[in-house]
Amino acid sequence: MSAGTATPAAPSRQSSLAWAGQQRVLIALVLLILFGALRYDHFLGAYNVLSVLRYNSMFALTSLGMCFVIMTAGIDLSVGTTAACASVVSAVLSPVGLFPGLLGGLATGVAVGAINGFMVTRMKIQPFIATLSGMLMASGSGLLLAHNQSVSVSYETNFTWLGQGDLLGFPTPAWIAGLAYVYGSILLNFSSFGRYVLAIGGNEEAARLMGLPVDRVKFWTYVQSGVFASLAGVILAAQFGAGQPAEGVGWELFSIAAVVVGGTLLTGGVGSVATTLIGVLLLGLIFNVLNFENGLGWISLSAYWQSVVRGVFLMVVVMAGSGAARRAIRAA
Amino acid sequence: MTAPLLGMRDIDKRFQGVKALSSASLEVAAGEIMALVGQNGAGKSTLIKVLTGAYRRDGGSIAFGGEPIDFASPHEAQRGGISTIYQEINLVPFRSVAENIFLGREHRRYGLLDWRRMNHQAAELLRRFAVELDVRRPLMGFSTAIQQMVAIARAVSFKARLVIMDEPTSSLDEREVAVLFDVMRQLRAEGVAVIFITHRLDELYQVCDRVTVMRDGRTVMTSLMAEVDKLHLIAAMLGRDLETVRAHATGFSATSAKAGEEVLSAEGLRIGRKVRDARVEVRTGQIVGLAGLLGSGRTEVARAVFGADPPDAGTIRLTGKEVTPREPADAIALGVGYCSEDRKADGIVPDMSVRENLTLGILPRLTQMGVVDEARQRAIVDRFMARLAIKAASVEQKIRELSGGNQQKVLLARWLCTDPKLLILDEPTRGIDVGAKAEIQSLIRELADQGLGVLMISSELEEIVEGADRVFVLSDGRTVADLPHTAASAPAIMAAMAHEDPAATGTANG
Repeated sequence: MSAGTATPAAPSRQSSLAWAGQQRVLIALVLLILFGALRYDHFLGAYNVLSVLRYNSMFALTSLGMCFVIMTAGIDLSVGTTAACASVVSAVLSPVGLFPGLLGGLATGVAVGAINGFMVTRMKIQPFIATLSGMLMASGSGLLLAHNQSVSVSYETNFTWLGQGDLLGFPTPAWIAGLAYVYGSILLNFSSFGRYVLAIGGNEEAARLMGLPVDRVKFWTYVQSGVFASLAGVILAAQFGAGQPAEGVGWELFSIAAVVVGGTLLTGGVGSVATTLIGVLLLGLIFNVLNFENGLGWISLSAYWQSVVRGVFLMVVVMAGSGAARRAIRAA
Repeated sequence: MTAPLLGMRDIDKRFQGVKALSSASLEVAAGEIMALVGQNGAGKSTLIKVLTGAYRRDGGSIAFGGEPIDFASPHEAQRGGISTIYQEINLVPFRSVAENIFLGREHRRYGLLDWRRMNHQAAELLRRFAVELDVRRPLMGFSTAIQQMVAIARAVSFKARLVIMDEPTSSLDEREVAVLFDVMRQLRAEGVAVIFITHRLDELYQVCDRVTVMRDGRTVMTSLMAEVDKLHLIAAMLGRDLETVRAHATGFSATSAKAGEEVLSAEGLRIGRKVRDARVEVRTGQIVGLAGLLGSGRTEVARAVFGADPPDAGTIRLTGKEVTPREPADAIALGVGYCSEDRKADGIVPDMSVRENLTLGILPRLTQMGVVDEARQRAIVDRFMARLAIKAASVEQKIRELSGGNQQKVLLARWLCTDPKLLILDEPTRGIDVGAKAEIQSLIRELADQGLGVLMISSELEEIVEGADRVFVLSDGRTVADLPHTAASAPAIMAAMAHEDPAATGTANG
């Protein structure tokens, strides 16, 4: 009650705190890069930079789709298995050509996303449960189609260019992810769709009473998430030369973590596309740094230990971020 | 008077250099009901939060029961004998009444929960306040008033010596308020002190012994309730001359007589169990009041007309077309706007800016090739900010940081920019301070004079009596009276509300 009228100084201070909270992720990323650059010889070498980008572009795509879903206060647990299923479909179609492989993969994502969206908006099933069943369906379909083994892609066509190729010196997947983020950023900040996403996440009932197309917007965020996940799956198949029906395990958790580290609230209504990308790079680089550390030969961290380190790091970043958010709310 | 139970002296509190409280003082004696009033932002909540330890004070002293105190948290204050009951009930809706009362200090027997004893004590506790109910049923099954009672029972069971009630009556109807007042009198009789915060001044005279008025972070007046009349109270809150206050009790001036063509006509509405046979009619240039006690079906009728909850039966004509809107979007397309009763729950999008909250409804019109035209958006926002005199640091300020009155204006502007023919306002001035209230009321009048049809729901009789050109009175889900302005006096409306439909008793369970 006293917030608005009594303390006119609060708003600017508060938004500057929120700004600082966002910058925290960026600062953490810069520090991590500096640390790597000073400690390891080839950390900033072209080979390492490009392979980090090539590999993490898949997570960048799943996280982008996830980011929009989370901003509506939803969740999409199916991104990992959608990617896996799409990698199989595109691998199967890869002998026909690059585009048939790509479109086949994307169709998988549209299908899973549409099923998720239908369950959430029409059947009013909670997103967690709806996309959990979408996750199982996609996983099962992929395994059935691939007969429970990886499916080699065709090297006759130029399909593998999508994962292994370069364009103007940069990996193709990095271009794809980069363009997707430009699109996502414009969509969120400059289109009415993006505003609706945030309005729905911020107050769904208010959005409905304003006459906003709540169900339609939510439906499309799930379809979009499916499309980006399947795009990641196509890249997966092209990059590793095979459709991988058993891949994608834990991708949804990586994506959720990246989105949260990027400052998007799980409760919806607040979020950013750019900081999601920073979140992806941050989490991706930690692996990279740990690999370099192993390479120095002083310590040897197994994959399990790497996972532990990443968990601790995630906790620290989220705590730092939520601390800033808490202080901002207290000030109000 | 003996030494007071609570003595807060010269309390200072700053937020980032801005003074929220400056040497504010508050004294409450045991067995006394103290009213605490003031406009929004006067510092009432801050003062209470300093008392209960939610905020640290920057200066001054607090004594409670003769001892200097310095609570670090509301939890500590509760253990120290000060309980607070908030406007929004802080209980667990899915759990039983008894569980809610004993949550956090459950009775145990052999290490297990002693349900029998807790249920027994809970029932006993509520009976003291003349509330009889099955304490094993989940809390959410009961009315807001009962939930309020449960919150009070919980507070009392903590052996509270001071109970603070922050606008407890804002969601209660008149009968429920009466029950609440009985509870307050019961507390007083037991020697418990009560601090009662409310926006409804009439209520103060019914229960309070004394009143403390706050303005701009100071306590400007303390008086025996019997020694101060309502006008002096308002004058003290506003810090204005008595003459300016006396001019109009509400911001509504004389009503205009010109009523144009019909924009809404609804007949025979039946909605769930709450509305059985409602009728309402609005013409352009008219403010139509929808009066009734809480639970009489006012909001349900409004939501049905707007398509938020479609009716089970009945006909609705909007701007001459016979339609039953299935979705708000349907009604909006026909030129209807709806400002809901609960701004926070289903009005504002808290984390979005004033600019975005204002234009969300018309974004498609501001969009070119999928991209929002920011220049046109800014132009519209600037125009309505000026026209409705919306006070915000900038259009980019988050709406949750605005005062209630300014939030309400933004919501009004949101609809006005869609150029509606009918605006449904559900409690347009609830929880808004006196000054902004009059401003919003005269704005509504102005809009109606410009040809807008307004359907206004209000629990405040004055608002209906002075503001409405025509009044429909709902009772128990039926339209029981249709009064022109001249006949719509407070006694006439209350008489209509009290009206008991003989048919209703026969079909009450149907």
